[in-house]
Amino acid sequence: MSNEIQTAVISVLIENEAGALGRVVGLFSARGYNVESLTVAVVEREDGLSRITVVTSGTPMVIEQIKAQLARLIPVHSVTDLTASGPYVAREMALIKVVSTGDARTEGMRIAEAFRARIVDTTAGSFVFELTGAPEKVDAFVDLMRPLGLAEVSRTGVAAIMRGPQTFKSKQESY
Amino acid sequence: MDASGQPGENGTMVLNGAEVLLRVLVEQGVEVVFGYPGGAVLPIYDALFKQNAIRHILVRHEQAAVHAAEAYARSTGRPGVVLVTSGPGATNAVTGLVDALMDSIPVVCLSGQVPTALIGNDAFQEADTVGITRPATKHNYLVKKPEHIAPIVREAFEVAMRGRPGPVLIDLPKDVVVSPAPLPAPGEGRLHRVYAPRVDADEEAIRRTIAAMKQAKRPLFYTGGGVINSGPEASEGLRELARRTGFPVTSTLMGLGAFPTTDRQFLGMLGMHGSYEANLATHGCDLLIALGSRFDDRVTGRVSGFSPHSFKVHADIDPSQINKIVRVDVALQGDVGRTIERLLSAWDGEGQDLTRWWAQIDAWRALDSFGFEQDMAPDAIIRPQHAIRRLYEATQALGRETYVSTEVGQHQMWAAQHFHFDKPNRWLTSGGLGTMGYGLPAAVGAQIAHPDALVIDVAGEASTLMNIQELGTIAQYRLPVKLFILNNRYMGMVRQWQELLHGSRYSQSYSEALPDFVRLAEAFHGTGMRATRVGELDSVIERMLAHDGLVVADICVAQDENCFPMIPSGAPHNEMLLGPDAEANAAKVTAEGMALV
Repeated sequence: MSNEIQTAVISVLIENEAGALGRVVGLFSARGYNVESLTVAVVEREDGLSRITVVTSGTPMVIEQIKAQLARLIPVHSVTDLTASGPYVAREMALIKVVSTGDARTEGMRIAEAFRARIVDTTAGSFVFELTGAPEKVDAFVDLMRPLGLAEVSRTGVAAIMRGPQTFKSKQESY
Repeated sequence: MDASGQPGENGTMVLNGAEVLLRVLVEQGVEVVFGYPGGAVLPIYDALFKQNAIRHILVRHEQAAVHAAEAYARSTGRPGVVLVTSGPGATNAVTGLVDALMDSIPVVCLSGQVPTALIGNDAFQEADTVGITRPATKHNYLVKKPEHIAPIVREAFEVAMRGRPGPVLIDLPKDVVVSPAPLPAPGEGRLHRVYAPRVDADEEAIRRTIAAMKQAKRPLFYTGGGVINSGPEASEGLRELARRTGFPVTSTLMGLGAFPTTDRQFLGMLGMHGSYEANLATHGCDLLIALGSRFDDRVTGRVSGFSPHSFKVHADIDPSQINKIVRVDVALQGDVGRTIERLLSAWDGEGQDLTRWWAQIDAWRALDSFGFEQDMAPDAIIRPQHAIRRLYEATQALGRETYVSTEVGQHQMWAAQHFHFDKPNRWLTSGGLGTMGYGLPAAVGAQIAHPDALVIDVAGEASTLMNIQELGTIAQYRLPVKLFILNNRYMGMVRQWQELLHGSRYSQSYSEALPDFVRLAEAFHGTGMRATRVGELDSVIERMLAHDGLVVADICVAQDENCFPMIPSGAPHNEMLLGPDAEANAAKVTAEGMALV
């Protein structure tokens, strides 16, 4: 197995209870795993389950460890490595504030249109753009805004899901 | 249970949370709780007072309560239970919890907490116990409602015992334990799904293991604490498997006793202070079958040089241990006892001829790497290895059921090398965390569990002072524990590393201002003895074993003795230091090795 550093997008279905997120975050910090992005929200209110999407990186052996360590947490119902289990869609949303006037302002609006960013707030001297897309698209947009008065960025982190009809169901053997 | 509960409005008994807690403990088969009272757990202590089903052992420090519970668990196969108060009670327990986590010991720790309304207010004796113990436990709970007490306590025992065992903490706010609480039938009111880790390994993995076993010319079983955790049947199975295959067996520190350490097929412990034959067999084998062991760094040495030519099979119930440190060829995820059973039924006795392998092993064994020379002149200085050998021989002659605990350091390694165990669950030591001060409270736990057995803490003078207050517990319950101190007036293992790796600069490792251990024993209502010369050793051991009460034996041993063999930090198994003559070789330790612990 290679020692090359790979990026993995891992979905975790976890019981929505106090401290559950702390267990996941604590695991990453205690064992020195990278967190590039981590998002969490309740997805199945009736079953009390939250879904955590974590983007991490490491050698294949480390990625395997991360999955096994996550699966070992008692409140975790299932762990799926989206990068390894076929095509998937990963998206994030960003709010980007640009403060500018004149040509820069016009140029900013033109680029926003090309990226299909929505203007969600505007004043005479500023815009807030809402942009959804793959993380690379958000990166590219932010880079283009930089010389045009980029003032502040707020990003949600990645949410991801498998393409096609398959879903990831609770796996009993995941302990 | 007597006298608990209050009559309710319609004549039925209404229990409070503390009473429900104790009833569930009884239902779980709990007979003994190790603990220390305090404000937040007063209602639980009040409920304990009103019943007779559970015996409470009052320790002198909460860390000791956990170590005692660990030894109780390790020596009986049943979970150990701890009861501590909020704040400092819980934080003092943390070292014990991490110790149990590292060595996979099932412990349920009940901690008091300030009332729910005060949580987060920096109340008196408040600590964020679930936050602090989250990485110190297999799982933990904060009970927020009285109706959750019964289901959470039941679940906690499942989590502690099933799969890879470990410590579980339940934090109980004071208002929750004083409120009326329901006691649903077992299985009712469950808050989470059933915790049921996979116990049966994959059939294909069993088949591939058997195929590898048939082809192996230089096979080796490398067994660990998991075999002991799996229960006595697993140890029986291992013996049968070794007998039928003829394969040699080596063990980790935690696994000693699962296979008889006096058996010819046993090569001794492997790893940093393991035997020459065990380490060279690990290095030279063509099939390594790890059974309930986890490739700890004390076992592997330099990972890149670990068992470089072997096909590797790893049986473990915890999938996160597989491929964590060493990449293996076959993973047998499941209970190691059941895995051994299935290997046994699949093995048809058709292996390779192992004559040459055994001849090689016997040639290594002939080096007698644990050997030492004791000057037997009566006034000669006692070598620590000799003291342990004589202790072992004396206990053998006595023939009593014997449990041995240790502290951490040189004496622990010498005990592992020179004391022998033919049964599992008799050897109680802190392996993963390496907790100095483990041994004396562990002896308390073992003696409480086995009141008629001989329980000996083989100790160092520095380690044992870390929990010496437990002599008070021993006195209170009249426990006939034997504290056998190998007193070299140094933190011996620290001194050894300073000698070998830091130019003999003995920075802070001398045990200055030691107490007089004989008078210390007497101060705690026990008997003290001392041996300073070889001629005194046997009579001290004999009198210690004959005495039906606490004995502290201060065995004054050679101060400069080093623990060999030794694999220096960062070296592979085939670069062992065999003895003092090889000390010059320690200069070979690489810069990388110097940075390792």
